Amino acid sequence: MLRFILTKLGVLIPTFLGVTLIAFSFIRMLPGDPIELLAGERGVSAERHAKLMADLGFDRPIWEQYFSFLWGILHGDLGVSFTSRQPVLEEFLTRFPATVELAGCAIIFAALIGLPAGIIAAVKRGSAFDHTLMGISLAGYSMPIFWWGLLLIILFSSPDMLGLTPVSGRLSALFWIDQDTGFMLIDAFVSDEKGAFKSAVSHLILPTIVLGTIPMAIIARQTRSAMLEVLGEDYVRTARAKGLKPLRVIGIHALRNALITVITVIGLQVGVLLAGAILTETIFSWPGIGKWMIDSISRRDYFAVQGGIVLIASIVMIVNLLVDFMYGLINPRILHRR
Amino acid sequence: MSLLDIKNLSVEFQTAHGLFRAVDGVDLEIDQGEMVAIVGESGSGKSVSMLALMGLLPWTANITADCMLFDGIDLLSISKKERRQIIGKDISMIFQEPMTSLNPCFTVGYQIMEVIKEHLGGTKKELEKRAIELLGLVGIPAPETRLRAFPHQMSGGMNQRVMIAMMIACNPRLLIADEPTTALDVTIQAQILELLGELQKEKGMALVLITHDMGVVAETAEVVNVQYAGQQVERQDVVGLFDKPQHPYTYALLNALPERATSKRLPSIPGVVPGLLDRPTGCLFNPRCQFATDKCRKEAPDHSSKVLCHYPLVDGKPTNNHPGVSASDVSVSGGTA
Repeated sequence: MLRFILTKLGVLIPTFLGVTLIAFSFIRMLPGDPIELLAGERGVSAERHAKLMADLGFDRPIWEQYFSFLWGILHGDLGVSFTSRQPVLEEFLTRFPATVELAGCAIIFAALIGLPAGIIAAVKRGSAFDHTLMGISLAGYSMPIFWWGLLLIILFSSPDMLGLTPVSGRLSALFWIDQDTGFMLIDAFVSDEKGAFKSAVSHLILPTIVLGTIPMAIIARQTRSAMLEVLGEDYVRTARAKGLKPLRVIGIHALRNALITVITVIGLQVGVLLAGAILTETIFSWPGIGKWMIDSISRRDYFAVQGGIVLIASIVMIVNLLVDFMYGLINPRILHRR
Repeated sequence: MSLLDIKNLSVEFQTAHGLFRAVDGVDLEIDQGEMVAIVGESGSGKSVSMLALMGLLPWTANITADCMLFDGIDLLSISKKERRQIIGKDISMIFQEPMTSLNPCFTVGYQIMEVIKEHLGGTKKELEKRAIELLGLVGIPAPETRLRAFPHQMSGGMNQRVMIAMMIACNPRLLIADEPTTALDVTIQAQILELLGELQKEKGMALVLITHDMGVVAETAEVVNVQYAGQQVERQDVVGLFDKPQHPYTYALLNALPERATSKRLPSIPGVVPGLLDRPTGCLFNPRCQFATDKCRKEAPDHSSKVLCHYPLVDGKPTNNHPGVSASDVSVSGGTA
């Protein structure tokens, strides 16, 4: 087990270095001068421009800038966003709970529907349910998120149509609650304000569906194909030969083996969602890291962008590492070598 | 009353090329404590007929029979739930591939205890005690520690022993062993067969042994069913079968045994078992039969006779006014493949 962990960790180091290099260079490749964008329409004099560039360290050679960025990372310092004057790490951490909340709800929604749907489709292969589900999931997978989001807003939020859910944000402006944890559902639940929790939930519904649609389609399809493969295995026949109930044969003997691949898929999706649901957060004005990254990129906020990318990539890597461990736990052949 | 009584069992599969009859009019009658072997080449419907009995065929299979009685219960008319209470408890089955027939995600102890819990119940302690006892019974050393082993940590022979332990856990009255030794080393094969024989005598189970190994048949079985292309061609007690085979297929099978070969080259049966698309008219064996006549090529033999042949053999010679074979008629074509 120790060796398994060490090998996995060893691979992470070069990956991490690659990420820092890409994050550092990509934002600098974009056209546009951060100082000019900062100054806005008034413009800025040449001397003042040079001084500001020097203050931010942009006058130094590019490799020196990169190594000071790396040096900062090693010391837990990602620099200060030059638009908000806040440390990048702090900016990130205040927004991260909103993203986690949305991503968590979306993945739970996707798994709760995708897993059972995939299992049923596999068991009833070739049935009307199977064909319908595969059709829907293909549609869901190919759905442009921004369009799907707007469609749902028109249908559910527009006062002319159903008018059921709010259009944007995390909480109705009528409430003012303390953000102790940053998770709106928890904060609203523990607050004294009546109706705040309900408002938080109703704000989450549409973003959850929109963000969860693609993962749900992927999970359903993957579960179906994994189950189909496993259901044809000899040990499933053995389980049936033991006279076990179909629910046990499918839910324990087959699913446990199918989960080995499905868990990987779900884990990868968690990584993708945590990385910031850029489109969904933008559509619903969800104050998470996806929206923050978009805003920072448009302001050419070099420190915020490079720091944000490194943080997001680290989270994705950690999640994938956890998936690997889960994989080991669920599949005894990985851990128990002969 | 016999323990198992199957009459005229047929299994058909709906395929893209039409209906395929994998099992065609098979009878099987077994008494308590009896040992029956079903012999035949690959593709002769041996496994399918037993899977039909177990109810393990996919839903695409259409199973019909005049009767399928186990201990007086009609297996075809009872509900799936009632059938599950018999399967794994009173009738159980061991499969060909021990390495893939056990679930890789669960310990062997769990898989054994699961079946006992399902049918007999018991506390965790009792189940564990019984599982250890069973592992000891099938000859697995250090059963207490093996309980927590995963199938991939053990050899094929050990896994087959686990499989046997699992399938005799509820003291079945009928055990079906579907080529239990095919995937194993020769030395292990003998051990497993010996184990099955011992268990059968000890527990008084009826045992159906599916095999294509005539040597195994001679050593173990009391009664032999010979199957060819889904049809049962001959049924005899083991001594009669080896001494006086009546169906040309049985005769040819026995002649192909190395122990019986008299010529320098081992005799073989030309061709292969007909599949879905190359079924001959008349007797299914006629393209490969050395005694086939025009009648064999046109008319299928009657199912009701003991031997499925127009000209049953006596002492290796066809009877019933067989027109006789001249040397040129001897089929060596094998063009059915």
